[in-house]
Amino acid sequence: VWDKSENGDWHCTASWKTHSGSVWRVTWAHPEFGQVLASCSFDRTAAVWEEIVGESNDKLRGQSHWVKRTTLVDSRTSVTDVKFAPKHMGLMLATCSADGVVRIYEAPDVMNLSQWSLQHEISCKLSCSCISWNPSSSRAHSPMIAVGSDDNSPNILAKVQIYEYNENTRKYAKAEALMTVTDPVHDIAFAPNLGRSFHILAVATKDVRIFTLKPLRKELTSSGGLTKFEIHIVAQFDNHNSQVWRVSWNITGTVLASSGDDGCVRLWKANYMDNWKCTGILKGNGSPVNGSSQQGIFNASLGSANASLQNSLNGSSASR
Amino acid sequence: HGILWGLIYCERLESTGAACVFVVRRDQDIYMETLRKLFNESHGIFVGLQRCEEERAARARNAQLVQVSKNYRSVIRACMEDMHQAASKSPFVLSVLFVSILSAMELIWNLCEILFVEAAPAGPLLLRLLDWVQLHICDVDNMVREVLSSENPSKHKLFWNVVDIFVLQGRMDEARHLLSKEAIANPTSMKMYKILDDLMKKMPLGNTQTLTEMELKWQHWHEECQRYLQDGTFASNSHMESICKILLGDENAILEKKELMTTWYHFLVTRLLYSHPTVKPMELRFYAQSSMDMFLGEESSPEPLDTILMAAFEFELHQVIKECSVALSNWWFVAHLTDLLDHCKLLQSHNLYFGSNMREFLLLEYASGLFSHHSLWQLGVDYFDHCPEYGRVYLELHIERIPLNTEQKALKVLRICEQRQMHEQVRSICKIMAMKALRNNRLGSALSWSIRAKDAAFATLISDRFLKDYCERGCFSDLDLIDNLGPSMLLSDRLTFLGKYREFHRLYGEKRFSEAARLLLMLMTAHIAPCSFWMTLLTDALPLLEQKEVIFSAEQTYELMRCLEDLTAGKLDRQKFQDDDVETMKVEMLRLALARNLARVIVKEGTLEGS
Repeated sequence: VWDKSENGDWHCTASWKTHSGSVWRVTWAHPEFGQVLASCSFDRTAAVWEEIVGESNDKLRGQSHWVKRTTLVDSRTSVTDVKFAPKHMGLMLATCSADGVVRIYEAPDVMNLSQWSLQHEISCKLSCSCISWNPSSSRAHSPMIAVGSDDNSPNILAKVQIYEYNENTRKYAKAEALMTVTDPVHDIAFAPNLGRSFHILAVATKDVRIFTLKPLRKELTSSGGLTKFEIHIVAQFDNHNSQVWRVSWNITGTVLASSGDDGCVRLWKANYMDNWKCTGILKGNGSPVNGSSQQGIFNASLGSANASLQNSLNGSSASR
Repeated sequence: HGILWGLIYCERLESTGAACVFVVRRDQDIYMETLRKLFNESHGIFVGLQRCEEERAARARNAQLVQVSKNYRSVIRACMEDMHQAASKSPFVLSVLFVSILSAMELIWNLCEILFVEAAPAGPLLLRLLDWVQLHICDVDNMVREVLSSENPSKHKLFWNVVDIFVLQGRMDEARHLLSKEAIANPTSMKMYKILDDLMKKMPLGNTQTLTEMELKWQHWHEECQRYLQDGTFASNSHMESICKILLGDENAILEKKELMTTWYHFLVTRLLYSHPTVKPMELRFYAQSSMDMFLGEESSPEPLDTILMAAFEFELHQVIKECSVALSNWWFVAHLTDLLDHCKLLQSHNLYFGSNMREFLLLEYASGLFSHHSLWQLGVDYFDHCPEYGRVYLELHIERIPLNTEQKALKVLRICEQRQMHEQVRSICKIMAMKALRNNRLGSALSWSIRAKDAAFATLISDRFLKDYCERGCFSDLDLIDNLGPSMLLSDRLTFLGKYREFHRLYGEKRFSEAARLLLMLMTAHIAPCSFWMTLLTDALPLLEQKEVIFSAEQTYELMRCLEDLTAGKLDRQKFQDDDVETMKVEMLRLALARNLARVIVKEGTLEGS
């Protein structure tokens, strides 16, 4: 864990070995619940951690202590993702495992992080690699979770499933499957909701894909009110030219970042006409990839600033 | 089309292994620090524009908007000046770069002001364009100064260059003044000079006449110039002949002075001045395109700046905005310009579908960028306020992510949320602060945050902590806070008890024993005190029972006894008296004290006054 000090420097304030297998993912809970982390691992467990404010000596030495509050051991296979639910749902988290089971846990007393109860177990039938909660807190939207599968066997089964909480049955049920995603999915992310009626979902698979899910009027079936969605793909980018491993949204859900086996991070943004385009490419160390800069007014990188400066002030001189 | 990536700042977080985490920020940050003044001052202009009352009369409204545009430009120029100063003091490539960027911005904005905001009609249009050219080709001034300050200006090698420049820019008086020096120095050319001087004097300019009058005058003047040229009047002096050709709008003659004009748009304006001074706005595009082609020729292709200016001459507003978005590295320019153009009602008529949406789109982008800055984010708030469709939700999302490293900052953020009835954000921020305080055992701070959030559950929790602390240490922390709870005491029962309990202690401290006694009893009988605390309360009663003076009345004593019995009888079964010797002893002491008090009070109450 790194902390940013007052002068803006990052320091590693805690580092500990705990799981008996690779740690796949780590995620923060909302600060309303304190300083809380969750981790999940190949060792079939997920854990919840809380930072304990230590002695003042530790603070001076720049160290913090993390205490394990609970270990979730229900999974029989590697736990591939763990994500906290949106804060309006309370202190809740979901895990997914290689055997295709999604588990949703809740801590009824938010002040007691040692007590979590398993609320739901969802069998997805395909090995799961990633989950994403729909962050929307609108009353018009029921709690929703997207699950991605990296199942490698040759089939054309949908690798993205959407589960929605049904108020009547008090259970999560499958609302939708994205039939067009048939390649292994490595990451999935709902965009923050800007008060729109529809949802935006990014998928990291053999390429970057962005879908919109527009809820249609709830069908009044006997099982009661499962939403049907109109699904559109609004963007598909294969620029990574390799497997895309992670996707992540900015605060307003207007920029998507993706990372891939080409060693690059790419940024995607929609212009005001809702056309998605690449707005930047970074190498692994954060430096921009040459030629990814759009033409600037001075066509210059820092090095040739002087030369182009002359040009710009004098205008299009004949010596250009 | 996307955003220019200029400079990326990266920090490397070293960890124990070979792997590193890189923290990358957009170059926006550097722009924000350097252009801080620009951002701050333009914010004032922006807000003023949104809030000012629209003038009814079109002309007055136009004047209003032109003034706003001029204000923006003066802010850009001021920023340029500052940067220029900074660059001259410590030459730093970035400052130099910024000066040129700002200069380009002012150039573009100025042109947009002339064409779109002021919408100068034919006649004044050319004059504005002349001003524009004069203002932005600054190389000239150095040359002029050099020549004028020399001993013998007319002998200076750059003399004719300067005369030419004056002519090219329509600065007739200055040109004539210089020429007179040449005439004095060279009497043989006196005759030529007089004619040229006269022609230059007579050239029709200015917007004090109607277009038709102007055109007529100009036509006559043009013909006169033509006659002199054809007569060979200036044949013996190539310089003067060239000037005459320029006056006649001879494109080749003008183009020969390419090096002096330096830009195709200078060429354009000169051309217009001498061939079509009453050019109409809509005719500009033809002259612009041909000017650029003629000027650049085969060797060069247009740069981004050229494309932007061309789009402006073509009145393609959307194109201008689009090109600027691509070429400039931050949203400041396009956001403010587009907003102004929207106020001029130019975007709507241009394209109904996404006219006003573009304004909002750009403002949202710009304001979002401000939020990554530790103090400029406050400006962003006002921009979001003026985005009717998504402003509020953008603000909600951004404001939640502002790092609340100090109480001061948290309060600042809170005030903004409260002003806008952003209740959920208020609650959330208070909760986060309360949580932080609680974790650091700052109970007082945690409590005041919970009260502000109106979070009853949390207030109860913290009150319990206070009480627990008291039981363990025998004193209260954060007395000030608890003493001054006021009506917020009612937020939760536990909090009310905490407040009242503290009040009991205060009364006792002030030796107002009977009031203290009454309060103590009430806390139990009215069930304000939690059962778990009754033992402590009864123990607190002991010193009151053992005072010299009798404090508790008979009735009160009976009440206390009843409370004690309720407690021990296991009806309030929280304590296990059998196991705890201390508890048993306490109970015994209480029973004894109560009995003694009862005895005394019976006697006291039974005694007649005076006997």
